[in-house]
Amino acid sequence: MNGIPALLAQFQVLPDQASSLAARVDQFFWAMVAVTGTVLAGIAAVILYFLVKYRRSNPRVDRTLGDRSTLPAEVTWTVLPLFIFVGMFAWGSDLYFQKNQVPRDALEVEVIGKQWMWNIQHPEGKKEINELHVPLGRTVKLIMSSQDVIHDFGLPAFRLKEDVLPGKYTTEWFTPAKTGVFPIFCDQYCGTNHAHMIGQVYVMEPQDYAAWLRTGMNPPPIVQTGGGLYRSLGCSGCHENNGVVRAPSLHGLYGQPVPLQDRRVVVADERYLRDSILMPEYEIVASYDPVMPSYAGRLSEGEIYQLIAYIKSLSEEPPQAAFTH
Amino acid sequence: MRESPAIHVEEQFDDLSQQRESSSLGMWVFLATELMFFGGLFLAFAVYRFSYPKAFMEAASHLNLVAGSVNTFVLLTSSFLFSLAISAFRDGRKTRTLLLLGVTLFLGVLFLGIKGFEYYDEWRKGFLPGPAFHFQGPDYLHVQLFFVLYFITTGLHALHLFIGLGVIAVFFFLVARSWVRKDREVAIEIGGLYWHFVDFIWIFVFPLYYLLGGGR
Amino acid sequence: MSVVFQAVEVDPRDTPENYLSEGGIFSWLFTTDHKRIGLLYLFSIIGFFAMGAVAALMMRLNLLTPRGDLVQAETYNRLFTLHGVLMVWFFLIPSIPSVLGNFMLPILIGARDLAFPKLNLLSWYLFMAGGAVVLYAVLIGGADTGWTFYTPYSSTYANSHVVLMATGVFISGFSSILTGLNFIVTTHQMRAPGVTWFNLRLFVWSNYATSLILVLATPVLAITLFLMALERIWKVGVFNPALGGDPLLFQHLFWFYSHPAVYVMILPGMGVVSELIAAYSQKRVFGYKFVAFASIAIAVLGFLVWGHHMFVSSESVYAGLTFSILSFLVAVPSAIKVFNWTATLRKGNLRLDTPMLYALGFIGLFAAGGMTGLMLAALGLDMHVHDTYFVVAHFHYIMVGGMVLAFMGGLHYWWPKITGRLYPEFIAKIAAVVTFLGFNLTFFPQFILGYLGMPRRYHAYPEQFQVYHVFSTAGATILGVGYLLPLCYLLWSCRYGKPAGPNPWGAKGFEWEIPSPPPKHNFAETPTQTEPPYAYPVR
Ligand code: HEA
Ligand code: HEA
Ligand code: HEC
Ligand code: CUA
Ligand SMILES: [Cu+2]
Repeated sequence: MNGIPALLAQFQVLPDQASSLAARVDQFFWAMVAVTGTVLAGIAAVILYFLVKYRRSNPRVDRTLGDRSTLPAEVTWTVLPLFIFVGMFAWGSDLYFQKNQVPRDALEVEVIGKQWMWNIQHPEGKKEINELHVPLGRTVKLIMSSQDVIHDFGLPAFRLKEDVLPGKYTTEWFTPAKTGVFPIFCDQYCGTNHAHMIGQVYVMEPQDYAAWLRTGMNPPPIVQTGGGLYRSLGCSGCHENNGVVRAPSLHGLYGQPVPLQDRRVVVADERYLRDSILMPEYEIVASYDPVMPSYAGRLSEGEIYQLIAYIKSLSEEPPQAAFTH
Repeated sequence: MRESPAIHVEEQFDDLSQQRESSSLGMWVFLATELMFFGGLFLAFAVYRFSYPKAFMEAASHLNLVAGSVNTFVLLTSSFLFSLAISAFRDGRKTRTLLLLGVTLFLGVLFLGIKGFEYYDEWRKGFLPGPAFHFQGPDYLHVQLFFVLYFITTGLHALHLFIGLGVIAVFFFLVARSWVRKDREVAIEIGGLYWHFVDFIWIFVFPLYYLLGGGR
Repeated sequence: MSVVFQAVEVDPRDTPENYLSEGGIFSWLFTTDHKRIGLLYLFSIIGFFAMGAVAALMMRLNLLTPRGDLVQAETYNRLFTLHGVLMVWFFLIPSIPSVLGNFMLPILIGARDLAFPKLNLLSWYLFMAGGAVVLYAVLIGGADTGWTFYTPYSSTYANSHVVLMATGVFISGFSSILTGLNFIVTTHQMRAPGVTWFNLRLFVWSNYATSLILVLATPVLAITLFLMALERIWKVGVFNPALGGDPLLFQHLFWFYSHPAVYVMILPGMGVVSELIAAYSQKRVFGYKFVAFASIAIAVLGFLVWGHHMFVSSESVYAGLTFSILSFLVAVPSAIKVFNWTATLRKGNLRLDTPMLYALGFIGLFAAGGMTGLMLAALGLDMHVHDTYFVVAHFHYIMVGGMVLAFMGGLHYWWPKITGRLYPEFIAKIAAVVTFLGFNLTFFPQFILGYLGMPRRYHAYPEQFQVYHVFSTAGATILGVGYLLPLCYLLWSCRYGKPAGPNPWGAKGFEWEIPSPPPKHNFAETPTQTEPPYAYPVR
């Protein structure tokens, strides 16, 4: 690659399309460019035409104004853009819905952002920093939180990003459609080395991925660590049916609607599980006493995640969570 | 108070009525600004109250409801007296005006006194957020959050009230010296608007912060 | 049109007594004359702009190379914070309202001054005090939060002078509020006989709409920054989740102010452009009432769309949908304006003087910037280009391509009125064209960069982005020349420009019926408006 092709290659206008969503976003983008470009060119052309025709040095042109009402014109250019805008809104929202509709049985990967690196852990226990290895064709769901300030996990090749906040989970999912190496950018300003909080997504053939998982020294699977915590922190003392305290069973809980004491019903998603552990005084399960102690301040982000992963594993078949926020 | 024939009209105005209307419109616009300022705080409070109802109820129950209620009464009365002072002024009754302004002033000071006593009490009980804050019970952080908002809101309110007191004091002095003549009544009306506004803000603060705790 | 560059010596006795006659520094520092205060603002904002521009220049030079070799990461972060803070709060927000608005608004409605001249002077002092605090903060090390001050970074983690910086902005906010208050009361109370609401100049309408925003939105910024600073100083939780707060609340409050504030940074420009289009087509603006009400509609709807800055901040899906559709709705009145300006040209008597060049540049660049705003408002695209250079390009198209051009246009248009002298037309036209070309070269490549994924606020970047950054920096140099030229010839014209006479453009309006420069109290006696605005003879 040298000479002209190298130069041309520099003028990349589209990032890699590494998922089917990426292709759909690009389609939408080009449609927007076409519509707005046409309108813009139209306005420019009309202005130029008037400039030439009605220039002051042209005395021969008819400048008499009729006394026609301006209303029809006004209505036209109020209503017409409005329709176009509603169309754009609908199309854009459709893509946004897809972004927020997490498919079932995704590969759940934990992402923790901190100044200025990404800590990533796979369900099998494998950890990595600033790199994310994923198998081709498998839907990956990132469950993300931050240890300090707000970051943002940006994946331009997948046309996606979502802020990563402290004290709360956000999620993001994609189905890689092509192998290769794609960038990760932190897209929310987070301090001095914000520009260096970048990394790579490696999309691999599934068998390569499986092989990669086995390389190196690996911590035990997340669920296993979570189970250990579950026992050592005393959760099992209350929540397993041999306990002294009457506490709800956590088996089969994940994804199910939970009736609360204040008559609300909430779905037991990651947010709910997290809050149940850190702020048990809110969202009391109907017909139970609010005796569970808060674990806020006693667990690291990683440990919270492991506990939740364990509780989720207690439900064999995770049903579909509609909207994750 | 004597009638004065010559009143100074600022050079940008055509006549006195234009000047008066401008002043009072200006005050209204200013109060709209103030309302948005406190509005931001009320919004913050509402959001957190909605997210952490337990902690907020718990925290609110530690406020001194009696002091709060007395203060509400004090402030409403002062507002009422100020209105009376304005009409007394319009009628040209100087002593009555001075008396009413004086009592208004006193009530304002009383309010600050009671508030100060409350602050002192809360500080003693360890409710002042920061390193000295201590609270035994669940959800310590959000209880503290309540007190952060409480001190900021009531503190800013007290600051406004303090400024209002200064304004009233100036009026008192000016009326006593017969500087404020009948045709300057717009000035005192504007002062009244401000004082009512301070009162109005309290009308929001009181139920939001004090009555929430269920009046324990 | 050829312009002869020669000093036109005017016998001082020929120039009648005017607002500039009185000499001495104190006559300026204690003036309550709206025209002089307008000029005080003009000098101040030029100073702040120069500092913001130097910061921009250093950023652009740093971005020439992927590794960001010119400055350290800490420095770069301070540079864009300084650039954003100065450009937004100390240049663009006061640009048209406080300079041209202060100078022209009373004249356009036939008043001798604003309703509260002393308050007006106080506004300027507050503005300068705020500016001084910001500059002091910069001198002792600056802040590195970006102009958006997002928590918990700003309130807990940042290791720089965040509180001082915020204090400066806080103080200047009161200046905005007082200016807005003054304009509202003036527009309501000080209109001369015959200046009914629908006889108002469109510049006055747009400043009125701007003032509504200033008065209602700025206090929310004040309380937000106040809470942020308290959290930082007092170390108690308001927005920091580790202390029980919610960082999203900060964003909601900040954008509740800042989205309306972006309309503060465009509405006055739209007002200027309406004036320019009318004057240089010698024609009444097409659909006057629609243009007037569009300003109000933008101001009102602008309060309802703040959440479009938070589409990927974990805002709920329903909030996203609502803010998206509302953002499209707020674009409709802007569309109405663009189409009405275009229609005004039809059957006009058009002349391409410098101000008109700027006005036409405004229409094109504002439309382009606005349309990319539509792309950002579309959820499906924002989830890709949020916080990339696409956003940077979007707002520079509107703020620099739109508002700055409108400011330049208005400044040239009213320059003869302000100084009594004509600027050199030919070189001014060249400067306008240079600005337009330089601008596009600077910011168009940033759209591509953004779509490719280049994030904002990056001091260094992967190599594949370099080409576009090089273009952008090259463009910025040209753009800089486009700004420096007017600085030179406008100053030159103060002394050597040809005397303008009361109405050099043959335009309609109160300001063109009084001498240039105007006398101290504008009008010898209160004027009466007898015909609608822009009543140019029908041919
Ligand atoms: C003067 C300033 C200004 C103005 C007027 C606008 C106007 C608009 N802005 Fe912009 N915006 C900013 C300044 C401005 N913006 C800034 C500073 C930021 C970044 C802040 C930060 O994070 O630092 C930003 C960011 C920003 C975002 C967030 C992006 C992100 O961070 O992810 C969005 C998203 O919706 C947006 C949308 C819009 C829209 C829809 C308009 C509309 O009002 C535009 C309406 C105008 C038109 C649409 C053009 C004219 C119309 C026609 C000619 C009609 C015909 C067209 C068709 C039929 C297609 N803006
Ligand atoms: C409001 C008005 C405004 C204006 C007028 C400008 C003007 C310019 N801006 Fe600015 N910009 C913002 C508002 C504005 N900007 C905001 C709000 C941000 C976001 C900040 C943030 O992220 O927090 C931003 C961010 C921003 C970035 C992104 C930084 C980043 O995210 O990493 C860039 C990068 O190119 C940039 C460039 C420029 C350039 C080249 C100009 C040019 O127009 C400037 C042209 C001028 C010159 C090139 C110099 C001219 C020379 C002189 C005046 C003489 C003195 C100098 C010498 C003799 C050396 N701006
Ligand atoms: C003192 C006993 C006790 C301990 C220890 C305890 N819990 Fe609980 N837990 C309860 C009770 C009682 C409830 C039901 C009332 C409520 O919702 O707070 C509950 C509720 C829950 C819920 C919500 C269940 C539902 O059905 O919706 C979750 C999740 C949970 N606990 C997880 C944990 C985890 C994880 C731990 C350990 C880190 C733990 N608990 C430790 C007593 C306990
Ligand atoms: Cu992390 Cu930017
Ligand atoms: Cu916006």
